[in-house]
Amino acid sequence: MAAKKERDPNTIVVNPKHNPTVAALLSIIPGLGQAYNKRFIKGAALFILFAAFVIAAVDFMSNGLQGLITLGEVPREDDSRVFLSNGIISLILLTFFIAFYVLNIQDALKDAKRIQLGWQVPNIREGFKNAWDTGFPYLLVGPGLLLLVFVVIFPLMFMVFLAFTNYNLYNAPPRNLLEWVGFQNFINLFTISEWRNTFINVLSWTLIWTFVATTLQIALALFLATIVNDPRIKFKKLIRTVFILPWAVPAFTTIIIFSALFNDNFGAINTGIIQPIFGTGIPWLTDATWTRIAIIMIQVWLGFPFVYALFTGVLQSISADWYEAADIDGASRIQKFRHITFPHVMFATAPLLIMQYSFNFNNFNIIYLFNQGGPAVRGQTAGGSDILISWIYGLTFENQQFNMAAAISIILGLLVASFAFFQFRRSRSFKEEGTF
Amino acid sequence: MAAKTKKPLDRKLVNRLELIGSYSVIAIMFVIILYPLAWALGISLNTGTGVYGASIIPDNITFEHYAWLFTDPRSNYLLWYRNTLIVAFSVTIIATFMIALTAYAFSRYRFKGRKNGLYAFLLLQMFPVLMAMVAIYILLNTVNLLDSLLGLIIIYVGGAIPMNAFLVKGYFDTIPRELDESAKIDGAGHFRIFFQIMLPLAKPILAVVALFNFMAPFMDFILPRIVLRSPENFTLALGLFNFVNDQFANNFTRFAAGAILIAVPIALVYLFLQRYLISGLTSGATKG
Repeated sequence: MAAKKERDPNTIVVNPKHNPTVAALLSIIPGLGQAYNKRFIKGAALFILFAAFVIAAVDFMSNGLQGLITLGEVPREDDSRVFLSNGIISLILLTFFIAFYVLNIQDALKDAKRIQLGWQVPNIREGFKNAWDTGFPYLLVGPGLLLLVFVVIFPLMFMVFLAFTNYNLYNAPPRNLLEWVGFQNFINLFTISEWRNTFINVLSWTLIWTFVATTLQIALALFLATIVNDPRIKFKKLIRTVFILPWAVPAFTTIIIFSALFNDNFGAINTGIIQPIFGTGIPWLTDATWTRIAIIMIQVWLGFPFVYALFTGVLQSISADWYEAADIDGASRIQKFRHITFPHVMFATAPLLIMQYSFNFNNFNIIYLFNQGGPAVRGQTAGGSDILISWIYGLTFENQQFNMAAAISIILGLLVASFAFFQFRRSRSFKEEGTF
Repeated sequence: MAAKTKKPLDRKLVNRLELIGSYSVIAIMFVIILYPLAWALGISLNTGTGVYGASIIPDNITFEHYAWLFTDPRSNYLLWYRNTLIVAFSVTIIATFMIALTAYAFSRYRFKGRKNGLYAFLLLQMFPVLMAMVAIYILLNTVNLLDSLLGLIIIYVGGAIPMNAFLVKGYFDTIPRELDESAKIDGAGHFRIFFQIMLPLAKPILAVVALFNFMAPFMDFILPRIVLRSPENFTLALGLFNFVNDQFANNFTRFAAGAILIAVPIALVYLFLQRYLISGLTSGATKG
């Protein structure tokens, strides 16, 4: 509001002696600018807060930032991981500090400009009330933000930093010190043939898996929803309940059950169906291609019910007028499906369907629980059915190649982020958001 | 319809054939869906711990594996149940409250950093917590919360915020602003408006969020696997996974019994509340 008034040519400068620049410059020491604006209590509070923060944190922060550069100097005594995490915490604190510092200067500048235009400094009571009103949303967000910083943002940053170190099985703290290696891990990933081949294999399988499994899931759901939605079909409630069961039963139990059913030697699918018909069993768990086929089938089993439930809801809401009009025009059943049912269903559920794709892209559970990413493939660290996220898990907890795992995580993160950006820019909520 | 021009008898026949086709597709799906579940139930009633001799229709039905889970001194099943309940209740209460606070701020207040905060939430909910597992492990290790339920609870709560805050914010947005504005004119403070007007109105979505958060610890095994080390701290999902992880075939009947015992209550909850759960998920994605 102050800015608007200032641009107004009719505004009369009431206090020409009160200089906003001086207020801003004085705020280099937090609180002084506010004191210049005659808001002494606010100024004092700010000064004390900043002074307390600086006294308490300056040692930790300077040590932390220094440690972030050196990653420890005395082998066997300094733990590089501690240095790294202290360094990241220091960075986070520094960011907060700078943000508040800038806000403090802006605040002094804004108040000074308003005073120049004849604004009366509110008394203490009003001042408190204003502070409470503007500060309230921050109070609400604060606890969540704090938790978010330490549980989500800190770990993600840690991972990003790890990608630029040489932290692996042979060079692991606290025995050894870590060193910064720049982009070496990424260069290795793309130039050393074993890494490159593995990466290409895993990435292409991840994309195929995401596309095929999710599309089949949606296609089956659409097919079943259309069949069951037919008015001639009875027992709809029972059918719906059974169809939703795979969604309702916890996935980790069903995946383990399936991995027993698909077992090469004793699994019921081999002993009960395949062997009697074809004479020999199928190596579901020892051949990569068969494992992939099995995993896709299981995911379709697990994933179609939710989409089915969505589609059924949409189908019931399509007005009968559409179909009646089509009947009058003599449209065939396929035409009605293509031009009425399909567009309606897809339009209403598109964002949710896209979420199904992104869910499967990172669907760790099914890959890991079914065959632990296996079967093992010679000459690479990823198994035959590993997708990116399960490969990262394997690299981290089985091969202890932390640096490579982190580098691949970053690539995965970039893929996810660009996808998310693309999708959310189109989403309705952000367009509506702009109207406020 | 294609049958329109044909004789009435033909139409009846076509009609019947179509219905037979539809019903047989549905019947096949019933078999595909129910067989694995029935198989697990059958296996859990077999004698012996191995899966080799076990069959879906056991010769003599026994509940010994269920009894073993509860009574055998080597079984930690009840302990795991207790742990899971502790985690689930704590996460539900803390996370739902924090999510409501955050969502309320983003829905009703215009403050500096709001827009960027929304973008950050959207982005963060796309990243699986799993991606940062190394760091979570090391972080919990340095603050001595590794192998403790508290560490697990904190991670769950933190991970739940970006995801669900958006869902609840979308719901808050649909509540007319006139309600809280008139309350403000009547002199109600920020907290009063939040607790006495907004929270009661948002009950349906909060119930959905609470339910999701309550269910998560029952079904997630990977985060507990990273955080928890000693068997007496395990949650149900992790404990059951370890049953089959060590010697897959040799503990399978016990695993099946334990799995049935958690699958049945969870499946019942889902089946009874499916409409609410699905509408909750749907509104989050389209309106949020």
